[in-house]
Amino acid sequence: MIVQAIVFYVLSAVLIASGVLVISVRNPVHAVLFLILAFFNAAGLFVLNGAEFLAMVLVVVYVGAVAVLFLFVVMLLDINLLRMREGFLRYLPTGALIGLILLIELAGIYASWSFGAAEPGLLAAPAPDPGAVPNTDALGRLIYTDYIYLFQAAGLILLVAMIGAIMLTLRARSGILRQSIAHQLLRSRASSIELRKVPRGEGV
Amino acid sequence: MLPDLGPVVPELIVAVAAMGLLMVGVFGRANATRTLCGLAILVLFVALVFETGLTGTRAETFGGMFVVDGFAVYAKILVLIAAAASLAMSIGWLRREGAERFEFPVILLFATLGMLMMVSANNLISLYLSLELQSLSLYVLAAFQRDNSRSTEAGLKYFVLGSLASGMLLYGSSLVYGFAGTTAFDGLAHAFGNGIPLGATIGVIFVLTGLAFKVAAVPFHMWTPDVYEGAPTPVTALFAVGPKIAAFALLVRVMVGPFSALTDQWLQVVVFISAASMILGAFAAIAQSNIKRLMAYSSIGHVGYALIGLAVGDQTGVRGVLIYLAIYLFMTLGTWAAILAMRQKGRAVEGISDLAGLAKTHPGMALALAIFMFSMAGIPPMAGFWGKLYVFMAAIDKGMVTLAVIGVLTSVVGAYYYLRIVKVMYFDEPAEVLDHGGGDGLGFVMGVTALVILFFTLIPAPLVTQAGAAAATLFGG
Amino acid sequence: MDAMLREYLPILIFLVIAIGVSTAFIGGAWLAARQRPDIEKNSPYECGFDAFDDARAKFEVRYYLVGILFIIFDLEVAFLFPWAVALGKIGMYGFWSMVLFLAVLTVGFIYEWRKGALEWE
Repeated sequence: MIVQAIVFYVLSAVLIASGVLVISVRNPVHAVLFLILAFFNAAGLFVLNGAEFLAMVLVVVYVGAVAVLFLFVVMLLDINLLRMREGFLRYLPTGALIGLILLIELAGIYASWSFGAAEPGLLAAPAPDPGAVPNTDALGRLIYTDYIYLFQAAGLILLVAMIGAIMLTLRARSGILRQSIAHQLLRSRASSIELRKVPRGEGV
Repeated sequence: MLPDLGPVVPELIVAVAAMGLLMVGVFGRANATRTLCGLAILVLFVALVFETGLTGTRAETFGGMFVVDGFAVYAKILVLIAAAASLAMSIGWLRREGAERFEFPVILLFATLGMLMMVSANNLISLYLSLELQSLSLYVLAAFQRDNSRSTEAGLKYFVLGSLASGMLLYGSSLVYGFAGTTAFDGLAHAFGNGIPLGATIGVIFVLTGLAFKVAAVPFHMWTPDVYEGAPTPVTALFAVGPKIAAFALLVRVMVGPFSALTDQWLQVVVFISAASMILGAFAAIAQSNIKRLMAYSSIGHVGYALIGLAVGDQTGVRGVLIYLAIYLFMTLGTWAAILAMRQKGRAVEGISDLAGLAKTHPGMALALAIFMFSMAGIPPMAGFWGKLYVFMAAIDKGMVTLAVIGVLTSVVGAYYYLRIVKVMYFDEPAEVLDHGGGDGLGFVMGVTALVILFFTLIPAPLVTQAGAAAATLFGG
Repeated sequence: MDAMLREYLPILIFLVIAIGVSTAFIGGAWLAARQRPDIEKNSPYECGFDAFDDARAKFEVRYYLVGILFIIFDLEVAFLFPWAVALGKIGMYGFWSMVLFLAVLTVGFIYEWRKGALEWE
């Protein structure tokens, strides 16, 4: 148990520290790297709570894809670092104020915390003991049957995202030579080679 | 095991048709956009017919995630009319702007699907997912003219602020879930019946904030003028009605359903945003010279009036909201059809001054627009007057006289800028004549909506009865 | 719960070793090696002449398109894991539920393919 507590505090401390660094380091590439570190630590916290599927999804989707896209954006755009940091101090008080309000609210919530388990009958699907039924299995038993409506809605959202991304960014270019493999393979000797008798000394 | 698919037939039709049209578009001829738009309108019409078939039943399906009752059917019919009308108005626009891309009707169908699902959401998770489906489609539609910097700016602004709203909604929902232990609306109503923790209150206020963003109520309205101005005009016409009605239906269902036990907590917030929306909508619109921006502020004001009905929070209030939304739908669609018809030498114009002398050059359009403006201002005997009357009466019955008085006063202020448009059309000398012809169903939409607005006074009974019945289903009547 | 966490103990030990070793190497180099940096040494090296422009340049939007499409399919695949694990318990209903989900995304895939979004030119 003590190991678990130590791991929890280490992960949380690193998570908070890297969260702060994401918004405070000068170089945006470093900020994304700290974001990845934050994702990893959050994944660790998920594992500690027995939610290993969420941990793996966080690593696969967020670290593997989202953060890479972020890196793409910050590395491939010509962002003027100085210009981006202008106004940081100007917006700091407002941001700090909003953060403070949220903190006070969180404190209020913490003070009034009583777990929702007060109404156990209302739980649609209580989480089983992660030792008995692994988290991935427990999720799998619910998502595709009980929550099929939400599952299919998620599929439609992904479809719209796909169409939207293509619609807004894909351009048909003109004047580009495309390789058409089918066309190349269909090319036969008859359609491309012509044999001619060339009279000697006169050229074609 | 298999869920009951009966209540979701209209949604299934729209979803399958959207995917089918996508396939037709990508495999079919290069310039089939017009046909696809026509087919999409047909699909919406078929969905509407099936929707009316669901009247009078209350059914939950998918384990209570999705609910159909009189309230949902009423709101969905409005949404379907809004989507079909804006699609009809966009056919000509797409052709003229050279933006005929077959994805347009497909994405619009997906947005409509999202709206239909929002209206029927009966769980915080289905609420969120349907809202995202709708919003994501609308972000794409706002940025549809990707070579136009104003359109892409509108799309980006809408996206950033919409994501912020979704974030707030999620934060609030997770707090509510944490304190109640359930996301189902019935379960939430039950859980809050015996004691309300502080955290749940904060959660509910966050949910309210997120939804206020979506209906563009003050102080969460700042994206509206820019997005309305920048987005392609037929898309703006859709923004002004479809998502607003759907989000409003959602807001009403959430507030008087699962969160009814917290009425004391959210009531002050709703009263505040209602009054603020009415006041800002009235005063900020005065200085506008662009008619799209003016309509954006006008829609903010209308949200304020409809919110009075929510603040009242009983059956009469909800009936007022439903009547208001229906009338708002017709007068807004008509106005946007008129805005779409504003073209000079083949280019779209958006200035109020461009309407000068319209009565002489386009008497029919001027008359229709005048009817819409009188209706928006709430001048009897136009339908808009009755819409306002029903919510004000509900407020006075409940003793919320202040709100009703603010409503009347801001209506007077608002009348100034609505009547200014009428004055420009009828008394100013025409500077440059607007193009004739090129109606493409715009005239049809204008005519039908103008007739509805004009003659509502004579036969108000069908709408009022329907709205009353729909409101009753929300209160277990 | 504890049994489940114990399965992750090797990963934890691995992480501790990895952090320890890398810290030791970097720290050791930092402590032991001589460091005399100057402006010339720290400046970016570009074949001996001064750098022409900034390392950051605008890249084409097509790269992001590929990235976004990747994320979408990545998410789709993420849904397959719990499905595969629980397939024995959710029966034919669960099976067809996933088939429907995949069919929806296949529609998107066909669209993508026909539009030429997967071609690089």
